[in-house]
Amino acid sequence: MTHEPSPLAIGIFLAMVGVTLGISFYLGRKAKDSAGYFAAHGQIPWFVNGVAFAGDYLSAASFLGICGMIAFYGYDGFLYSIGYLAGWIVALLVVAEPMKRLGKFTFADALNAKFNSPGIKLAAGVSTLAVSVFYLIPQMVGAGVLVQPLLGLPHWAGVVLVGAVVIVIVVTAGMVSTTWVQFIKGGLLVAFSTVLTVMILQRGFEATPELPASQTIVKQADGTVLVNGLPKGDSPGEGQLQPVGSISKLPGGVEKTGPLGPLEFFSTLEQSEVVLWSKSEAKGDDGSTTTTFSPKPTPGSQILQPGASPTFAGIRSDNFTDKLNFLSLMLALFCGTASLPHILIRYYTVKDEAAARKSTIVGIACIGFFYVLTLYMGLGAMTSGALDVTDSNMAAPLLARSMSELLFAIISAIAFTTVLGTVSGLILASAGAVTHDLLESVTTVHLTDVQRVRIAKMAAVVVGVIAIFLGIAFKALNVSYLVGWAFSVAASANLPALVMLLFWKRTTKEGIIVAILVGMISSLGWILLSGDTFAAVYGLPKENSPVPFSQPGIVTIPLGFITLIAVSLLTGGKSQPSPALQRS
Amino acid sequence: MANRNARIGLILFVIYLAFYGGFVLLAAFSPATMARTPWAGVNLAIWYGFALIAAALLLALIYGYLCRIEVVGTHDPKSEPGRPAPGARNSAPTPPPASTNKGGH
Repeated sequence: MTHEPSPLAIGIFLAMVGVTLGISFYLGRKAKDSAGYFAAHGQIPWFVNGVAFAGDYLSAASFLGICGMIAFYGYDGFLYSIGYLAGWIVALLVVAEPMKRLGKFTFADALNAKFNSPGIKLAAGVSTLAVSVFYLIPQMVGAGVLVQPLLGLPHWAGVVLVGAVVIVIVVTAGMVSTTWVQFIKGGLLVAFSTVLTVMILQRGFEATPELPASQTIVKQADGTVLVNGLPKGDSPGEGQLQPVGSISKLPGGVEKTGPLGPLEFFSTLEQSEVVLWSKSEAKGDDGSTTTTFSPKPTPGSQILQPGASPTFAGIRSDNFTDKLNFLSLMLALFCGTASLPHILIRYYTVKDEAAARKSTIVGIACIGFFYVLTLYMGLGAMTSGALDVTDSNMAAPLLARSMSELLFAIISAIAFTTVLGTVSGLILASAGAVTHDLLESVTTVHLTDVQRVRIAKMAAVVVGVIAIFLGIAFKALNVSYLVGWAFSVAASANLPALVMLLFWKRTTKEGIIVAILVGMISSLGWILLSGDTFAAVYGLPKENSPVPFSQPGIVTIPLGFITLIAVSLLTGGKSQPSPALQRS
Repeated sequence: MANRNARIGLILFVIYLAFYGGFVLLAAFSPATMARTPWAGVNLAIWYGFALIAAALLLALIYGYLCRIEVVGTHDPKSEPGRPAPGARNSAPTPPPASTNKGGH
C-alpha cells in the first residue's frame, strides 16, 4: 500500500515534535550536574512520574504492536497486554521500595549497595546495555512504521529521523525533560485512545457479504515488483494492494449494527464472521517469488479466544513443547517489567519510597486502562476496512485514518513522540550504565560531575546510532513480538539478582555477578538460536533450530535463580569484602 | 527485608500470582473453557483478561492504602503530621528515612 501524506497531518506532526523539542531545551538548561541529568534531582512530583511511567511503557510495542496483532489475529495480542500489565504488580509489590531505598542513579547501584563491588557494577552495567539495546529495536521499527503513512517517507527514513531527534533530546536535556515529555505524551495517548474507542463503538459493525479477491505480490528475478498482476505504482495501469478488514456476516443477517455498548461489541463479534487474511509464499522456476494474501472467513468466536495467531498457535495443539512456548512468554512478561532498566531508573526521579509507590499506582491505573482499550482498538482495526495486509504494525494508525484524517494526524503524532520519549529514556538508561557502572568499575580515575555528564552524552550518541541500524535491520517483525524478547532477557539477567538480594540473606556478590551473566548469555543465546529468529532474521528453515521452542524465559529465568543460589552457597562464608574480587 | 511493607507486598503478590497463573494455565491446557460465554455473550477469555487488569489496580490501591498507614506511624513525620497510626509496629526495625537526594541543590 502507498500512503498519501496530508498537509494537515504533517503540520500537526511537526508542531508536536517542535513542542517536544522546545520543552526539552527549556527544561534541559537546568540539568547540568549528574544528579540532575540522570535523576532529575529526585524532584519530580509523584503524579507526574506515574503518568510518565505510562508514557515510558506504552511505547510503540503497546500501541502499534498489540493493536496490530489483535487486528490480524484477534485475542492473542491481548495476551501481551495482560502480561505487560501483570508485570507491574511485581514491580510495585516486590521491587519498587527497596530499589528506591538502595540506589542512587542506576539499577546497578541498588544491587551493589551492600557489597560495593566493581564486578557487580560491571555485570549489571553490561546487562542494562544489552536489555536497553534489545528494547530499542522495536521502538525504532515502530518509529519507521509511523512515518510511512504520515509523512509518506520510507521506513528507514523514519528510523533515522527518530534516532536523530532523540539524540538531540538526550544530549541537550536529561531526565527532567524526558520525564515531562513522557508525562504529556502518556496522558495524551490514553486520552486519544479513549476517543478512538468511543468512535469505534459509535460506528458499530457493517457487513460486506461478498468475499474480497486474493492479492498477490510478485518479486521477479530482475527486481521488478508486480502487485496484483500490474507493475507497482499509483497511476492508471499500475497496481497497489487494496486495504482489507471486513465482516462477512453479522448475527441475524443484518447489514449494519449501529452504535454498540462496550460488552455488546464483543457479544456481536462473537456471533459474526470476520475475514482474516492468510499469507503464503511460493518460489517460481524463473527465480521470482510470489506472495499471496488470501481471504479466510473466520468465526468471531475463534478470534476472541487465545491461540489464533502463529505465535500462540501452540496452545491449541496437543504437543506439550508448543504449550511451553506460550507459558514461557507469559512468565517472561510477568517477570520482565520489574527488571527493565529504563523503568527502574524512574524510581530515582521521585523523592522517597512513598512517592515511588504512589507513582507506580498511578502508572498501573493509566496503563491498565489503556490495555483495556487495546482490545477495542485492535478489533476495531480488524473490521475497519483500512488494514495493510503486509504490515501488522500499521493497524492502529490506519484505523484512526478510517475515522478521520485529523484524528489520524493527532494519534500518529502522539505515538511518534511517545516513541521519542521511550527511546530517550532507554538511551538515558544506557548512558547512565556506561558512565556510572562500566567506566567507574573498570577505571580508577575519578570523574568530575561535568565529565560524567559529558561522557554520558557521548555514550548516548553511540547507542543512538547503533539503535538506528538495528531498527532498519529488524523491520519485518511485529514490534510487540520483539519487545517480548527484551522482556525475556531482562527477566533472566536482572530479576534473580534483584529478588534474591532483597529476600535471601546469604546472597554473595559472586552469586550476583555469575547469575546476571548466565541469565543474560543464556537468554540471548537461546533467542539467537530460536526457530523464530532462524526464519525471520537469517532466512533459514525453522526446523534447523537447535532449541525446542522460541521463548527462553521458562528455562533461563529459573536458571538464573539456580545459578545465583549455587554460586552463593559455594562462595558463602568468606563473603566479607574480599580484595580478590577487585580484578573482575 | 522483614519490614511490614515488604510482607504486605509479598502476600498481595502471591494472591495476584495465583490469579495470573490460573489464567495462563487455563489458556494453555483448557482452551475450550476460555471459549465459553458465561455472561452477556462475552467469553471467559475476555472476562478473565479484564478481571486481571482490574485486579492489578485493586491490589495496587490496597497496597498503597495499607502502606500509607505504616509510613505515617513509624518514620515519616513530614507527610501527615498529627495522625499516629494505632496499628503500626514501632518496635519493628524501620528502614532509614528515604535515601536522601544526592543532588547538589
